[in-house]
This record gives sequence, structure tokens and C-alpha cells, in this order.
Amino acid sequence: MKKSYKIEVDCANCAQKMEDAANKIDGVKNAVVNFMTLKMQVEFEDGADAKSVMENILEQCRKIEPDCEIYF
Amino acid sequence: MNRKQKKNLVRIILTAILMTALHFVPSEGAARFCLYLVPYFIIGYDILIKAAKGIKNRQPLDENFLMAVATAGAIILALYSGSGDYTEAVAVMLFYQIGEWFQSYAIGKSRQNISDLMDIRPDYANVENLGKLEQIDPSEVEIGTVIIIQAGEKIPIDGVIIEGASTLNTSALTGESLPRNVKVGDEVISGCININGVLKVRTTKLFEDSTASKILDLVENASSRKSKSENFITKFARIYTPAVVGAAAVLFIIPSLVTGDISTWLYRALIFLVISCPCALVISIPLTFFAGLGGASRAGVLIKGSNFLETLSKVRTVVMDKTGTLTKGIFEVDAVHPISTNCISENPTEARQLLHYSAHVESYSTHPIAATLRKAYPSENDGCKVENVEELAGLGICANVNGNIIHVGNEKLMEQIGAAWRPCTKIGTIIHVAVNGNYAGHIIVADKLKPHSKKSIDALYKIGVNRIVMLTGDIKEVAEKIAAELKIKEFYSGLLPAQKVEHIEKILSEKSFAVAFVGDGINDAPVLARADIGIAMGAMGSDAAIEAADVVLMDDDPMKIYTAIKIAKKTLEIVKENIYFAIGIKFLCLILGAVGVANMWFAIFADVGVMVIAVLNALRALRV
Repeated sequence: MKKSYKIEVDCANCAQKMEDAANKIDGVKNAVVNFMTLKMQVEFEDGADAKSVMENILEQCRKIEPDCEIYF
Repeated sequence: MNRKQKKNLVRIILTAILMTALHFVPSEGAARFCLYLVPYFIIGYDILIKAAKGIKNRQPLDENFLMAVATAGAIILALYSGSGDYTEAVAVMLFYQIGEWFQSYAIGKSRQNISDLMDIRPDYANVENLGKLEQIDPSEVEIGTVIIIQAGEKIPIDGVIIEGASTLNTSALTGESLPRNVKVGDEVISGCININGVLKVRTTKLFEDSTASKILDLVENASSRKSKSENFITKFARIYTPAVVGAAAVLFIIPSLVTGDISTWLYRALIFLVISCPCALVISIPLTFFAGLGGASRAGVLIKGSNFLETLSKVRTVVMDKTGTLTKGIFEVDAVHPISTNCISENPTEARQLLHYSAHVESYSTHPIAATLRKAYPSENDGCKVENVEELAGLGICANVNGNIIHVGNEKLMEQIGAAWRPCTKIGTIIHVAVNGNYAGHIIVADKLKPHSKKSIDALYKIGVNRIVMLTGDIKEVAEKIAAELKIKEFYSGLLPAQKVEHIEKILSEKSFAVAFVGDGINDAPVLARADIGIAMGAMGSDAAIEAADVVLMDDDPMKIYTAIKIAKKTLEIVKENIYFAIGIKFLCLILGAVGVANMWFAIFADVGVMVIAVLNALRALRV
């Protein structure tokens, strides 16, 4: 399952760090953050609950960049 | 500008004014320290807060933290050494904020620019309900619904015109400003603008499957397919910051232990911290690709990913399909040779008579050549009596026109009826005509070259392509003629689709540079997929082409192949410039900083200045 989320983040390097963080979350097969279009594409593992995975992603991303936002 | 940008701009201006004012106010000691803290906190409070949060969340190499340490360090150093020079610390913060502001503004602008370019997203569809027009969300429109498009509106969903005629502006899709005329029965695609007249269209697709939605999807996702250069920079940035921070620590500890001069080496270490921010690199490369993709889509070239843009720039071999790519793929009457003319000159009266007969005979046929003949003789409704039309499969057609029995077809048909047919010196498909069993002459129909084919081949050679190969399913004679006209040295004719794949594989195995294949996407999808870069042509309405190819040319002008490669080359050139420039300046400043030549001002330039220049350079890719 692949889903695309709108995100808000100020700097390119932070976006890159968000991508790294998202890829480390359980249930994420692959995550790509596109700073130019402000989108995060997440490919979930089979059987993963998208909502709870996204909550974990947001929590980790906030640690890196307190200002960031993911809309899900 | 959004609210955050406005607020930050005010902070920047305020700090700049304060700093200028403080420059002229003589002050000393504690008072001076306190005075300079005011602009420092105005410009840097958010950085300091974020730095504190970074420590709490164990993110010590966060830029905010590095900036906070560098500036606070500089202030402490000024206090400790008694120089009272706080300007540097505030200036570093100020310029850092200017850089951030500029970055955010420039990126917001280019985002806006690119989405404006791709302004094909329809907002609503008009549906007639109880005699009144109603605007509804296009995604709610079901297949087969009749929608109404008024003058000036965008076509929201692909469909077929059932009422009305108009002119369409397709420039948002094709980059071509030439308007297209449409009438009842024509297919229209979403994203075009209806210039005049009201159109009633029966939709043939859902909104999300319509051309405009597909294209937008494609463009938006394109920059998510990252190129090698982007991956390189990401990896580089990951080790760059820790490495520079580590170097700063070493630079501070060892020499100050050896020489005992703590303040000099602390200052140099702080310079390292300012330079350690990787933003210029991390932003400029994806931005360049994004701008390149945006510029390309404005020119009617859709590139499905940054990685494809990269490969496209390395193309040295272009393999092209003939029909539909170099030629129009539509047959036109090339010459008419009545029996009296010996295939050399034309006799207009007799030629007209020959066309006249054949157009009448073919008037009931659906064969593509029949349409060509009818088109060549437009005044068909002239009251002639056409009777007993009979299609002879694999041979031709026969009918009674004004009492004469007319046979129109190939050599076999002529032999069957015993007409003494003659071969022709011209190359193309030859249609023989016999009147009452006597040979009357022949008509040559041929696929014509597109107007820009020749020019595009020349342009490709000039841009660094050194091998052009033409593949075609057509007969050798026709292929030879086209290749000679276009000065293509290498061609293979009489190929079935599977054989085209074999040829591409052979070419791929011979070359180390990228190989592009250009086709119209109709029956060459496997070849498009097999090549390093598959370029599909004339995507207006062809789903197969959009699916199979890596690059989609929105109209069927072969010059667009050149445009695509040119944009790719330019983008990659800018990418290279930015990588070398940013890394080069940073390393230079690191070295100069370590030996004490560069001061804090150099460091700010290495960080913010480089970023601003790299971003401005990146935006050049937007202009095609």
C-alpha cells in the first residue's frame, strides 16, 4: 500500500532528515520525502496500520524538526 | 510571502537597522554587551529555542544548534578577550536568517511558478440539471455524463463532442500555441481551454483517468524519483556535517593545548561550525531538477523522474520509429499518373478524372487509403451516380459510376480483370484504376515526412547525439527513401514489433552511453520499455504512451526530442556547477579558516552566500 501525504517543513535538510526518520519506523517499507512538492510518499508493509504508523512517523519527525507537520 | 516570511523579514530589517544604529553609538563594557544582546535575541530567539529542543531530543548536529553554538561562542569570545566586537556574532545570525528567508521565498516562488505552468487542473464540471447549469466536482462525474464547456472554460474530463464546434487552446498541454479546431464527433482531452463556442461533451473517462489528472500526477511525482546526483548529495550531507564538526573539535583542542592560545583556535573552530551547515547543497540539487522538470513540462515535454532527466542528458544514440514519429502516419496522395503520362509529368484534367472515379468508388469503404482518396477529391457530392459497390478483400474495390465499371485496387486486381497495369517509378503505395476493364492509370499515396523531421535530425547531431537509427515495419524502398531524405545512415526495415526489441537490445549491448527510443507508443510499448529512455510521442489522448514511456512528448513534433535532450543537458550542467561550486567554496573556506586567513564573514559567505547563488543558478533550469 502506498500513500501520499502533504507535509510542511521549512528546510531541505530537515526534509531529508524526516525521510531518514520515517524509513526507520516499523511498518514502513519505503518513505520518500519530496521537499519541492512538500509531499511524503509512504509505502507501508503488508498489514501495517497506516494511521498508527503515521503517528509514529510524525512523533519522530517532530523530534528532528519541531515545526514540521504531516497531514494525515 | 506567507505570514512566517513576513514576520521574519520584519525581524531581519529591524536587526539590520539596530545594528547600523549601534555602530554609531559609542558604548563600552557591560552596557555595550547588553545593547548588542537586543538585536541578537530579536534575530536569533527561534534558533536558540530550536537548539535547546534539539539538545532535549538528542539531535546535536542540528543546524540551529550549530548556529547557536557558533554565535554564542563568538559573543563569549568577544566578552572574554575584551574586544567588545559583538557585531560578528549578530551578523552571523542575521545573515543566516537572511539565507533561510531567501531560501524559503525562492522555493515558494518556484513552486508557485511551476504549478502555474501546469495550470491544467480543472476545478469544476458543468452538468445540466433540469434545464439549469450546475457546477459540480469533476471527480463526481460518471462515465457517459454529458458535460457542458462554455467559452473560456477548461475541459475537465476527456470525452467526445456531441454538440457544438469550437477552437481549443492546447498550449498548457503541448507548449504549442497553435489552436486546434474541433467539431461534433471529435475527441477532446482535459486540460485544453475552450476558446469560443459552447461544447457538449459526453465523457469517456473518469476524472482521475483523464489526461489532465494523469499529467499532473506524473509531474508531481516526477521529482520523487531521485537521481544519482541527488542521492550522492544526500549521502554527502550525512557525513559532511559530523565531519566538519569533528574537525572543529580537533582544531580547537589540539592546537590550543599545544600553543596555549585558546581564543584564536576557538574562533577558528567556530568558523568551522558556521560552514558545517549543508543546506546549500541539500537544497540546490533537488531544486535544479525540480526547475528542470517544470521547465520541460512548460515546453510540452513530460519527464517522469529526475533520474530520467539525468539519463536523458547522457543520450548519444537515438533510435527512432518511422511511422508516426518521423512521418505523419497519415497517407496522402503523392502523385496521380494517368495512363497517358508515363509516370513523368502529370496531366491535370485526366488526373482529376482519375481521382474523381476513385474517390467515388471508395466512398463506402472504411479502409485508411479510401479516406485519403476522398480527402484528395473533396467535391465528392457532385451528383454522380455510384452503384453496385463491391469490396474485393485483399484486392480492392469495384463500383459502377455514371454507367462505367471502375476497378480501384492493387496489381492483383488489375491482373484478375485483365487490365494492362504498369509499374511506377515513384515509391509508395500504388493504387491502380481501370475503367470498363481498361487500365486508366495509378495514384501513388505515401506517408509524408513531418515538417520538422529533417530539422530535428540535424539538431540532434549538433547536440551531441552521434548515432541515429531508424526502425520501421515498412518496406525497404520506403525506408530507404525516408532515410535518404533525412540523412539517416542506419535503418532497418520490414520489422515486426518483436524484431524491434531485438534491434534495441543489440544497440544497447554495443553502447556504453544511454540509448533513447522514440516512438508513437501505439505498438512499440515493449521497445519503449526496453530502451534506457523511452520517449513517446503525441501523447494527446494515448494512455499506452503515457504508461510505457519515461518521457512523454505532448504533441508529435520531432523537434521536441531535441528540446527534451537540451533541457536535460542544461539541467545536469547546472547540477554539476552547483555541486562543484558549493563543495569547492566550502572546502576553500574551511582551509582558509583553519590557517586563520578567513574570518567569520568568509564563513557566512560560504554558508549563506553559496546557498543564495546556488538557488539562483538552479532557477535557470526553469527557463528553456
